[in-house]
Order: sequence, then structure tokens, then C-alpha cells
Amino acid sequence: MKLLQERTAKLRVGESLIIQTAVRIMVPFIQLFGLYVIVHGHYSPGGGFQGGVVLGASFVLLALAFDQKFSMKYMSEKANGVLGNVGALIYTGTAALCAIFGGLFLDYSALDKLIPLGPVGWRSFGIFIVEVGVGLAVMSIMAALFWVLGSNGDMEEGL
Amino acid sequence: MKALALLTTLITGAILLYGTMDFPAFGDPQSPAAIHLSAYFIEEAVHETHVPNLVTAVLGDYRGYDTMFETVVIYCAGLAVVSVLRKKRSKTQENKS
Amino acid sequence: MIWVLDLLILLLVVICAIAAINVKDLLSATIIFGVYSFLMCLLWAEMGAVDVAFTEATVGAGISTVLFIAAILHTSRRSKD
Repeated sequence: MKLLQERTAKLRVGESLIIQTAVRIMVPFIQLFGLYVIVHGHYSPGGGFQGGVVLGASFVLLALAFDQKFSMKYMSEKANGVLGNVGALIYTGTAALCAIFGGLFLDYSALDKLIPLGPVGWRSFGIFIVEVGVGLAVMSIMAALFWVLGSNGDMEEGL
Repeated sequence: MKALALLTTLITGAILLYGTMDFPAFGDPQSPAAIHLSAYFIEEAVHETHVPNLVTAVLGDYRGYDTMFETVVIYCAGLAVVSVLRKKRSKTQENKS
Repeated sequence: MIWVLDLLILLLVVICAIAAINVKDLLSATIIFGVYSFLMCLLWAEMGAVDVAFTEATVGAGISTVLFIAAILHTSRRSKD
């Protein structure tokens, strides 16, 4: 916010109470919508990638309206990195687990030997697990990209 | 030089437009892409995977490799950008602040 | 498919593409690029590819515009040529 304020100091715009209040009200609903898009991807348009981008955009919105510090209070840099790695690991781990339990790589019906849900049920549930992994990875990477680009690398002051 | 660039663009565009004349019509059920795989996915995907949204079924199950490496590509891109641009504060600056 | 709507959106897409590369102010070019992305999203939704339209609306019009603005604010605002 600091850089933007310096550039717009002559115009007397910048940190605005209206924008901050609106963002404060909107962000929980945006995050809820992102979770809905991930979870409801089986039945409606959407899926892991789109939901992850919406979740990441909520943190970008916080960093734009308030400050980078304010946005990183809700998701620290370390937690963000852990979530990104876990997300990528869920996908590849699920795929490798299928191969370990005697099926082909990424053939979710082989996981039936672990928890008996039926092969068709596991194919549906496997897609869900994979979508959650994609959503976590994409969310953390979108937020990390904006934080690094906006603060010129030192994660101290945002735009 | 600008005229030459415009001429190149126009010729390339004309060739590409000529190439699209052989395409099947929009939504043509008899086009080669629609008679083998599309029919299989539409008939079998719902009772093989119990996912009503066919796009999710194809992306998550039948073409799982594609989605997996798409995720890995995004992950690698984010990792590269963060590791190139991220800079730790040096000790002297840390003492000041 | 409604061909009048198709033609209108395609015309606006071409106008936005030409405007985005001709504008001198890079911030304006970014915003015009966001408009371009949103028009492509409309075109895809109108053709029935709702998943692609959703991806285009979130990534093209949302995140990439913000990332462009974040990069431009660390450089000079007007293009040199």
C-alpha cells in the first residue's frame, strides 16, 4: 500500500475507509465461495484450480486494501509454503498410493483395499482428494506470487 | 519495415483462415473427434465414476496425468519465482530494525 | 449460439487487442487486457464451455491483472516507444 500511496498522494486517494470496510465484509464470503467451488466441482462448473485461484484472490484482496502485513497475519509465509507443498504432495501421493496398493498409477479404484468404499465410489472420492490437493497448491502459489511481486522480494511492505 | 511486417501478418492470417475452412462445423456430431472418444465418455463416465460433471470426470480420472503435471508445472513456476525474487534481510539491517 | 452476440463480442475483442498494444500508459494497457480477458470469458460461456470461462474469469481477469499492476508499479509507468 505504501508505494501506491506515494504515487497517489497528490490525488488524495489511497487508503479509504469505504474500501476497507467492504473488503472486510466480502473476504469471508469469497473464501466460502472458493471452498464451495472446490467441493462442488463434481456437480457444477469449477474444480480445484478455479477454487484455489478464488481462495488465493481473497488474500490478494486483503493485501491490496489494507497492507501486506495485514494479509500475512491470516496466512503466514511458513504456513503458506507448507500448504503449497502438502497440496502438490496430496496429488502425487494419492497417485503413488494407488500403485502401491496393486493398481495402476492414478487408478483410484485400487484404493478399495485400504478402505472398502467400492471401486466406483473410490473413483469418485479419489477425484475429490485430488481436487483438494490442486486447490491447496494453487492457492498458496497465487498468494505467494503476489506477495513476492508486490513487496519487491522482502515481504515487508506491499504495494 | 512496418509495411513488410503488416504484409507478413496479413499473409499468415490468410493462410490460417484458409486452414480453418477444412474444420468441421461447430458442434457437428459426425466430426472425427466426436464419434469415438466423446461417445465413450458420454455413455460410460457417469456410471464408471459417479461424477455428473463430465469435465471433472475427464480431468480428474481419465486424464489424470495431464492434471497432475499441470499442478506440478504451476508448483515449479511458483517455486522458481519465489526463490529468484525473495531476498532475506541482511544482519545489519535486522539489527537496525 | 447467437451469431449477433458472437459477432459483437468478437468485434470488441479485436478492438481491445488493438487498443492494448497501442496505448502508451502501461496501467491503462493492463486494464484493457483485463477487459479483453473478460470478453473472452463471455465468448466461452456463450459457446457452452463453462469450465473454461470460469478459469478465464478467475485467472485472466482477476489474478493476472493484479500481478501485472504489481509489476508495473515497481517500474516506470509509461512505455518508452
